[in-house]
Amino acid sequence: MTLLDFARGPAMQIAIIIFVVGIVWRLVGVWALRQKKDLSEPRQKGAWIGGIKGLFVHAWPYKPFVPKVGTQYIVGYVIHLGLFIVLIFGTPHMLFFADIVGFTWWTLPGGVITAVAVVTTLALFIALIKRLVNPVQRMISNFDDYATWFVTTAPFVTGLMTTMGMWPHYETGLAIHLLSVWLLLIYFPFGKLMHSFWFVVSRYTTGSRFARRGGMA
Amino acid sequence: MKEHDLTLGEELRRQGISRRSFLKFCAGVASSMAIPAAMVPAMADSLAQARRQSVIMMAYQECTGCLESLTRSFAPTLENLIFNFVSLDFQHTLQAAAGDQAIEAIQTAMEENWGKYLLLVDGSIPLKDDGIYSVSHGQSHLDSLRELSEGAAAIVSIGTCASFGGVGAANPNPTGAVGVDQIITDKPILNVPGCPPMPEVMTGVLTSFLAFGALPEVDRLKRPKAFFADTIHDRCYRRTFYDQGKFAYSFDDEGARKGWCLYPLGCKGPITHNACATLKFNQGVSWPIQSGHGCIGCSEPDFWDKEGFYKPLSAGQWGTAEGIAIAAAAGVALGAASAVMSRRNQDKISGGK
Repeated sequence: MTLLDFARGPAMQIAIIIFVVGIVWRLVGVWALRQKKDLSEPRQKGAWIGGIKGLFVHAWPYKPFVPKVGTQYIVGYVIHLGLFIVLIFGTPHMLFFADIVGFTWWTLPGGVITAVAVVTTLALFIALIKRLVNPVQRMISNFDDYATWFVTTAPFVTGLMTTMGMWPHYETGLAIHLLSVWLLLIYFPFGKLMHSFWFVVSRYTTGSRFARRGGMA
Repeated sequence: MKEHDLTLGEELRRQGISRRSFLKFCAGVASSMAIPAAMVPAMADSLAQARRQSVIMMAYQECTGCLESLTRSFAPTLENLIFNFVSLDFQHTLQAAAGDQAIEAIQTAMEENWGKYLLLVDGSIPLKDDGIYSVSHGQSHLDSLRELSEGAAAIVSIGTCASFGGVGAANPNPTGAVGVDQIITDKPILNVPGCPPMPEVMTGVLTSFLAFGALPEVDRLKRPKAFFADTIHDRCYRRTFYDQGKFAYSFDDEGARKGWCLYPLGCKGPITHNACATLKFNQGVSWPIQSGHGCIGCSEPDFWDKEGFYKPLSAGQWGTAEGIAIAAAAGVALGAASAVMSRRNQDKISGGK
């Protein structure tokens, strides 16, 4: 069995099983918790509207904070949008998903995907440098933050190296790229990458609770 | 002078082939093997002095496709002259002799050229049950290979079966088939994989052996680097469509008709090392991708067992989805157990209120 066969077969199966177990475990574990009782009278009706509003209001910083944290938000958006574009509109990636869902969709030229991946990788490095340089951010960072950065950046770097033919053999590069993605999947449920699932829930909950108490979302 | 004693240069003059034509041939071979142009005259001189090389070609567990490819390669050309110049002392499909006469031919060739002959092998060799699944003249091919390799100067494995086991070794490999270099480890071995292999690679290898007395430089899979250094994808004329994101998604869609990249149709070009994209088959007429079919990766080990020729390289090898369903169920159970424990903890903290 070659490294690529291992990456495409057993490694992928193991990673996906760990990913599915971990995600379902955490989702069920949190949703099955006893909900906190709020015995107070709601201050206004339609707390759910506040919840929906919360989803959007927190998508951009409160105006007075923009000069201080605006860059952080922009870097964050570049990373997330870049990840989405490369993952969904890169042809080899689309083919991976098409094999599962049974249909294909429009993709972007390889050169565009490479350019987006380069910009995203740069944004990831800027995010890391900011974290290391800023004393407050550095102080509140733990292993999870750096591990999350590493498992997110590694697929971009290995993917770019594979596309640009920087490995001695393409198949080795492809295998390493796949293995880096499986590492991401394995780590995903147990670290801060779970925010992909939690951010909607937590923003809605915060918004709706604030609204119930009569505050702003 | 006996025909056997002629040098290649004398043979060329006898056939009326000019030195200019011979140099052109040498330049062509040198170019295909990435030998510097400055070496061409020296190579030509060395080649012209070469004596007829004894070659024993054994066909083991095979389909004869490799031999078809080599013998039906081109119309009479200088390349063919190289094939004709070697003394093919045994090849059971091509020779007239059969039975005891054929075996005598092998024995004679071995005795007369002990330590000097080139052994060409075509087909895989079964190991299971002492190699009983592939036998000629009462001798297993496993024993035959061991015996013949002892007196060989070098061994060339022709085709994917002889190189890596090929279709014979495909899952579940009922005969325990393997390639030559998994049995013989004390001789210089060169693999020329492909299903079938390219005749020009054999020309290059034979020319190199005749000119320099040694096999050319090889890669990690013992393939001549000159022909197997690049992938099909690197040299494919459809590569530009891959870069532009223009693909064929079925064999009769617009992309297929326009000759776009076949990656979504399972083309294994990016992981396949061979020279088809540049040399092509049938005197440079065409090759599989030019005919509209993706590369199946026939010059790579275990190419039969990559979960289908039509599955894109980036798609996973899922096996069955049972594992994922079990994983989801396990996740629900773990989640529920965690929640129960957390609720107990909540009750403990709140004192049941």
